[in-house]
Amino acid sequence: MINTLIGDIGHGSVIVAFVAAIVASYAYFMASRQKVEISGDTSWRTLARLAFYVHGAAVFMIVFSLFNIIYAHRYEYYYAWSHSSNHLPVHYMISCFWEGQEGSFLLWIFWHVVLGVALIGFGKKNKTWEAPVMATFSFVQIFLTSMILGVVLGDLKIGSSPFILMRDFMTDAPVFKMDPNFIPKDGTGLNPLLQNYWMVIHPPTLFLGFAATLVPFAFAIAGLWKGKLTEWVKPALPWSHFAAVVLGVGIVMGAYWAYETLNFGGYWNWDPVENAVYIPWLVLVGAIHTMVAYRRSKQGLKASFILVIASFLLILYATFLTRSGILGNASVHSFTDLGLSGQLFTYLAAFMVISIALLVYNWKKIPTTEKELSTYSAEFWVFIGASVLCLAGFQVLATTSIPVYNSFLGFIGIDSNAALPADQIAHYTKFQLWAGVAVAILSGVGQIMWWRKTDKTSLKDAIVMPAMLTLLFASLFIILGKIDNFVYIVLLVAALFAVFANLSIMLGLIRKKVTLSGGAVAHIGIALMLIGILFSSGYSNIISQNNSGLLYSREFPDEINRDNVLLWRNTPVDMGKYKVSYHGQFLEVEGVPEYVTKELLFPTEDEYKSIARGDIKVGDKIYFKTGDTLNIVSPENTYYQVQYKSEEEDFTLYPRAQVNPNMGLLASPDIKNFLTKDLYTHVSTVPDPNEEKEWSELKEYEVSAGDTIILNDYVAIFNGIERVEKVPGVEINKGDVAVQADMKIMGERKNYHAHPVLMIKDQMMGRVPEEIEDLGLRITFMNIDTQNNRFKIGVNSTQKDYIILKAMEKPFVNVLWIGTIIMSIGFVMAVIRRSKEGKTATEDLTSIKKQQKPQVA
Amino acid sequence: MKKSHIIGIIVIALAIGIIMTTAGDASTYVSFGEAIERAEDGNTTKVHVVGKLKKDAKGHIVGMQYDPLVDPNYFSFTLVDTNRFEQRVVYYNPKPQDFDRSEQVVITGNMQNNVFVADKILLKCPSKYVEKEVTASM
Repeated sequence: MINTLIGDIGHGSVIVAFVAAIVASYAYFMASRQKVEISGDTSWRTLARLAFYVHGAAVFMIVFSLFNIIYAHRYEYYYAWSHSSNHLPVHYMISCFWEGQEGSFLLWIFWHVVLGVALIGFGKKNKTWEAPVMATFSFVQIFLTSMILGVVLGDLKIGSSPFILMRDFMTDAPVFKMDPNFIPKDGTGLNPLLQNYWMVIHPPTLFLGFAATLVPFAFAIAGLWKGKLTEWVKPALPWSHFAAVVLGVGIVMGAYWAYETLNFGGYWNWDPVENAVYIPWLVLVGAIHTMVAYRRSKQGLKASFILVIASFLLILYATFLTRSGILGNASVHSFTDLGLSGQLFTYLAAFMVISIALLVYNWKKIPTTEKELSTYSAEFWVFIGASVLCLAGFQVLATTSIPVYNSFLGFIGIDSNAALPADQIAHYTKFQLWAGVAVAILSGVGQIMWWRKTDKTSLKDAIVMPAMLTLLFASLFIILGKIDNFVYIVLLVAALFAVFANLSIMLGLIRKKVTLSGGAVAHIGIALMLIGILFSSGYSNIISQNNSGLLYSREFPDEINRDNVLLWRNTPVDMGKYKVSYHGQFLEVEGVPEYVTKELLFPTEDEYKSIARGDIKVGDKIYFKTGDTLNIVSPENTYYQVQYKSEEEDFTLYPRAQVNPNMGLLASPDIKNFLTKDLYTHVSTVPDPNEEKEWSELKEYEVSAGDTIILNDYVAIFNGIERVEKVPGVEINKGDVAVQADMKIMGERKNYHAHPVLMIKDQMMGRVPEEIEDLGLRITFMNIDTQNNRFKIGVNSTQKDYIILKAMEKPFVNVLWIGTIIMSIGFVMAVIRRSKEGKTATEDLTSIKKQQKPQVA
Repeated sequence: MKKSHIIGIIVIALAIGIIMTTAGDASTYVSFGEAIERAEDGNTTKVHVVGKLKKDAKGHIVGMQYDPLVDPNYFSFTLVDTNRFEQRVVYYNPKPQDFDRSEQVVITGNMQNNVFVADKILLKCPSKYVEKEVTASM
């Protein structure tokens, strides 16, 4: 039965949420008018709050409905069918929720509701901000809910509803013409690359970051609109810190996911989708710096306005880039085009026009100081730092927007064929690296100036110690790490200086008040991240160089990196200091702590179930006995056992690959973590598992018990036969007979036992051959000559199993992750400090208001 | 002149510099004909070419060569660009697994000694995202 109720509830809630957002927006707008504010009339505000709560409740209902559709496997809905499947574990159902555009919009809307409710609570103490700030919030919500509205007015389609039924989505599918009530039995599943725990927490974090950038923006707009051109900075500042840390962590989580799941061999690929969030983050961090400088010295208010507004507009631009389909060929993983580009553009344009108009209108009124900035003031260097961040963002923006220029020129009738740079890494690095150097130096110098008395002599004193430590450690690193690239040396020295300078500041401040040192801690984190990036990317070293003499190499053999190595099963190859060998295909079995070789698993009709061919044990503990039925966690994922041996250590890695019907080979690396480096290994090619193996012609041997024969170069002993009661996958009834041969084959590494089965079932002869994948042999028990006690054995051979492997070392990548954590801690300390200031600010304001009131009256 | 003005001028100068390098580094979508002309002029900048795989009457791909057992880092194929110009392309990497089913191929690289050496291949597969089929058996 098709359950249309839940979809109707969901779709109804979308409409309620949309309408309530309009009401809230209008009512908050009315409540913000000066007349209403002065009169003390709260009726508009009460109505607005009510509308926003209704909006919030409706959003919760939408979330509930959509999750129910996924959780209950309601495949009559397109969203469940296209993003989920029966075998998906619950935690990945959460990822299904936001795999589609609609769900990710919903996630964003949801965070806005949460933040909006938090702000209303905050506003209760300080009522002056609630109405204008929430007016912007509700206005944004109108646009966002319209994206999932799914209403068609004439030719105009507004939004794409996640609650669309299969039969309405695929009106042409013959299945639905025959039976409109047809429900698919299983969904097409979640994109396998997204079946990763990072994909459960990365999108919500990132979208919380997206949502949080709205808060400082809303305060800035409220400030412009209500003429509170200076007061908005104080309440907006902790929120800016919050947005920056959440967004930053979200970005790094995405990078870590890419590092662990994709196989381009790194964490950052300069894909437009990645760049799109990196740009607003840089600008937002720039905004924080100008705001902090303004709080101290009343300088930089205009810059703060521009940067806060720009960071939010850049978030909208990122949304437009990734969701409108404009990137086309330029990105590997942007969303599907849902035909929302017009709507997305309207959203972007509306906010751009409103905010820029407000800014221009009030520009002259924004207070500035005529005081000349001294080169010896910290603020001067903070502004330089903010400019560097913005320029770095601008470079990424200018390049990432190339597909947009093409579309725009095409729109006005000019044919443009510009493409993204062929070597993106080189292109971005030539600016981003120097921006990193500047950021590192400025953060060191700036922090010292900020906290120390700034005259020439004391500055010198403060810098001497960190500078000496820097030179000491830098020379150590350069000598031990054999760093010979001048540019890298510059970056290393700058980053080390930033670490030591900020460390000295941190140690000084921590004694006074812990939260004051947030800035220093965050800057140490950033400097460590730079060091981590420098080593892991700059000195990434491919160890799987192909040294075999077998090359086509007709064209330019010298210039080409041969980064992939062929590994035959059980044949070790030298790679760097390791001897590397491949030992077969493994699967993940429920209840067994290690991967289980496919040789021990007898497949059944249901690919999620297998029968154990032998005891399954890890160490001495037996987890399953022969004949037990096992649950395969994800049959599509094959793990390739790769063993590394060197003089110091031995270890085994299991790089993963799956052949996906829609996306081809998806290989994910396995990473061995060392203290000073990661060893990153992935398969590049495997023999196509869907292709039938080509077996040689059957070769027959007649043997007696105890005979020794040579099978395809391997010595084999035929021990005899025995009767068996159980044959995996076959039901043995009364009157059926099954016997198995017992053979021992001596391989290169170990001996194998083969037990091909011959049986008489329902008076028919049946054979279950045994395949020894390691040796590329298939042995069939052909026949028994009972009179002479002789047995006929058939043998086919095939090409041995192989993988093509790529392996590389990533030095000090841990430093990047540690730096991220330290940076986040610093930001959180700053959030605490600034929100405390915000609260005292509230008190100041109310006391001022109290004084002013009699005058008004 | 105020310091902030000087900084402003420097920032603007750097921004212009960024725009210039972006314009300089930006690649272009060209046909093989143009790629060959560039190579003949001694211009070794890398370009993007969009094309389709060469197929015979039955729809089988022709001219594709990849034998991992001989050399896993050598893959060559024939690409037909939008002007129906056929060109052999060499890619010194393993063959991308979903290559055979791709509808459109975008390659980045340049002409060297009569072959196009690609260092990046972007595939556009018909089934990558939306086009899924539903059948009664599902």
